[in-house]
Amino acid sequence: MNRFKSIFVAVALSAASLAPALAAETHGPVPARLNWSFAGPFGTFDRGQIQRGFRVYREVCAACHSLSLLSFRNLGEPGGPEFSEGQVKALAADYKIKDFDDKGEPVEREGRPADRFPKLFANAEAAAATHGAAPPDLSVIAKARSYSRGFPLFLLDALPGMAYQEHGVDYIVALLNGYTKADDPNWNEYYPGHAIKMGKPLSDGQVDYTDGSPKTVAQYSRDVSAFLMWAAEPHLEQRKRTGLNVMIFLIVFAGLLYFTKKRIWADAH
Amino acid sequence: MSGHSTYVPSSAIARWFESRLPIIGLMHGSFVSYPTPRNLNYMWTFGAILSFMMVAQIITGIVLAMHYTPHVSMAFASVEHIMRDVNWGWFLRYAHANGASMFFVAVYMHMMRGLYYGSYKAPREILWILGVIIFLLMMATAFMGYVLPWGQMSFWGASVITNLFSAIPLVGSAITTWLWGGYSVDNPTLNRFFSLHYLLPFMLVGVVVLHVWALHVVGQNNPAGVEVKNVKRDTVPFTPYATVKDSFALAVFLIFFSWFIFYVPNYLGHADNYIEANPLVTPSHIVPEWYFLPFYAILRAIPSKLGGVMAMFGSIAILAFLPWLDTSKVKSAAYRPVYRVFFWAFVLTCVGLGYLGAMPAEGGYVIASRILTFYYFAFFIMILPLLGIFETPKPVPATIADAVLAKHGAHAMQPAE
Ligand code: HEC
Ligand code: HEM
Repeated sequence: MNRFKSIFVAVALSAASLAPALAAETHGPVPARLNWSFAGPFGTFDRGQIQRGFRVYREVCAACHSLSLLSFRNLGEPGGPEFSEGQVKALAADYKIKDFDDKGEPVEREGRPADRFPKLFANAEAAAATHGAAPPDLSVIAKARSYSRGFPLFLLDALPGMAYQEHGVDYIVALLNGYTKADDPNWNEYYPGHAIKMGKPLSDGQVDYTDGSPKTVAQYSRDVSAFLMWAAEPHLEQRKRTGLNVMIFLIVFAGLLYFTKKRIWADAH
Repeated sequence: MSGHSTYVPSSAIARWFESRLPIIGLMHGSFVSYPTPRNLNYMWTFGAILSFMMVAQIITGIVLAMHYTPHVSMAFASVEHIMRDVNWGWFLRYAHANGASMFFVAVYMHMMRGLYYGSYKAPREILWILGVIIFLLMMATAFMGYVLPWGQMSFWGASVITNLFSAIPLVGSAITTWLWGGYSVDNPTLNRFFSLHYLLPFMLVGVVVLHVWALHVVGQNNPAGVEVKNVKRDTVPFTPYATVKDSFALAVFLIFFSWFIFYVPNYLGHADNYIEANPLVTPSHIVPEWYFLPFYAILRAIPSKLGGVMAMFGSIAILAFLPWLDTSKVKSAAYRPVYRVFFWAFVLTCVGLGYLGAMPAEGGYVIASRILTFYYFAFFIMILPLLGIFETPKPVPATIADAVLAKHGAHAMQPAE
């Protein structure tokens, strides 16, 4: 049995080598860990929050950032903001989509729910020429940013009950609130190197909320970040729900196998 | 240990078939009546887990390939298309990406088991070497698979690793150009990596068949490290004994695997790989997947590029010589008190190298990497050959049955039927 114990200690230790997140050095201050409705094994999106977040995206961020991996129809699908069919249609129609007509001539037509959000620039160079740096597409940004919590915290981030997978969303909130030098709109506390080409995008009262939520940068930034998490992981709810069923099944199944095994081996030793 | 099948075809059709192609008898002999040592512990269940993972990777991989586009301008978006638009695509992709990690978790446990119980010693040298080849094929497959989603780490990881070949004197840069199919990692590279990523798993299956064949010729080693002397007293039939034990272990492993797929699917990955590959922007740290980190640390521990490359490949190649480097007559570490200490130090060394592989190659990290790299090689080249001469092993039980008896008392030896 002793040998077994040491083997298990070794397993635990080799888990310590699962250190990919570790690699990124901490740049400046660490973003605060926030509470999200979609965190944890039972997490779901707060419908109202991601609807407001979409509004912030559309009225502010969309001026510079595309969302080109998403289709308009996604906004009406289960597990997302769940806008009504009519809302999705109207919204798509607001966008101009480049297409070709029957004669092969280039035209601009009204968007349809099946269209993807259009790209804003022909390429990164054109975007950089306009904004000083190319504003990244925001479709997967919530998963494309992270920061290191260092050893041993990063190990805890994987554990049931402690799992922390929202580094990216927390970073975006911190970034949007990170313009702390009043005299320098391009200084950001959380951006690696601090000099960011995106000027402070949000200010209080900028976006109209109809559900009574506070019209503050603090609220806007959380809402838009939650929306971006959904955009990056549109099937998050289905994934966690399925996971629960799979886990229950496997635990029961493993339990039955355990007793079967005991029974069969009872006469062997 | 061959020819232990007790299969008797029960119908006329089965008899007709069996006399022309005795495949049912072969399967029966390999997975039903096959005698397994009665004292195996749970470290022996990783073989079954590995077989499962291999099949799982192939099935999820083939379905992913139906939706994936191997082109530099479309690969990243096609993986996102799988994640968003393909029914259960997120599951396939997360199962495949985390499945690769689970495959390595299992193979490292499996190898550690072999190292601890001396499973590489006669008559299992070929079996062990086939295992080393499987490990190499897995590494090649996983490396090329990681390039396919064409994120920043895919691209820069591929650049760093393929660039290593340029360290070879004289022909190095020609080889690198040839590997790339051009003058940098680009569309031809992605295409050939996809082609090879599809091919290598099937070569892997071929080598696994040989591995299992070799296993069934020489039989399994066991925690006592003594060979089977009396099939009736020392072994139990594979089915139901090993079948049910392996199934239980697999179910537990699947719980672990599922936790990653459903709850922390990106934990083992790197955020930068959600940024599309960009040859003009180098990520601040280029890190391989966790399962390569110890070898990456060895690579960077050596000050010369060529030396680093040789040390890295050498650290894997040396495993193939293990059967002859270990001079001890006793197999199991259970009876080798001194070896046991060096063994656990070796395991810690590998974990430490893994940690250092993820750290920047500077200052104290480099010094630590050098010390651990030294121990890694010293373990094989100095410690193992010398220990066989200087270590006094504890008395080894005469038979497996004796080992079981010593552990569980006399009642343990009821006939297992
Ligand atoms: C006026 C144009 C503009 C607007 C409006 C704008 N951004 Fe940006 N954003 C940029 C540019 C330019 C960059 C690239 C900055 C750089 O590379 O220095 C950027 C970068 C970012 C980044 C990446 C930072 C990093 O870590 O690399 C995020 C996240 C981001 N913006 C989110 C938002 C959100 C959310 C909004 C809406 C609330 C928004 N942006 C509004 C121009 C804009
Ligand atoms: C030995 C078994 C295999 C291993 C270890 C393996 C490993 C990997 C890895 C590490 C990735 C990158 C995952 C990611 O980060 O996104 C990947 C991707 C991929 N693999 Fe495999 N693979 C195996 C077998 C196969 C097979 C048999 C196929 C069939 C064609 C396949 C098809 C793909 C495809 C299409 C991708 C790209 C999609 C994606 O990135 O998710 N794989 N593989």
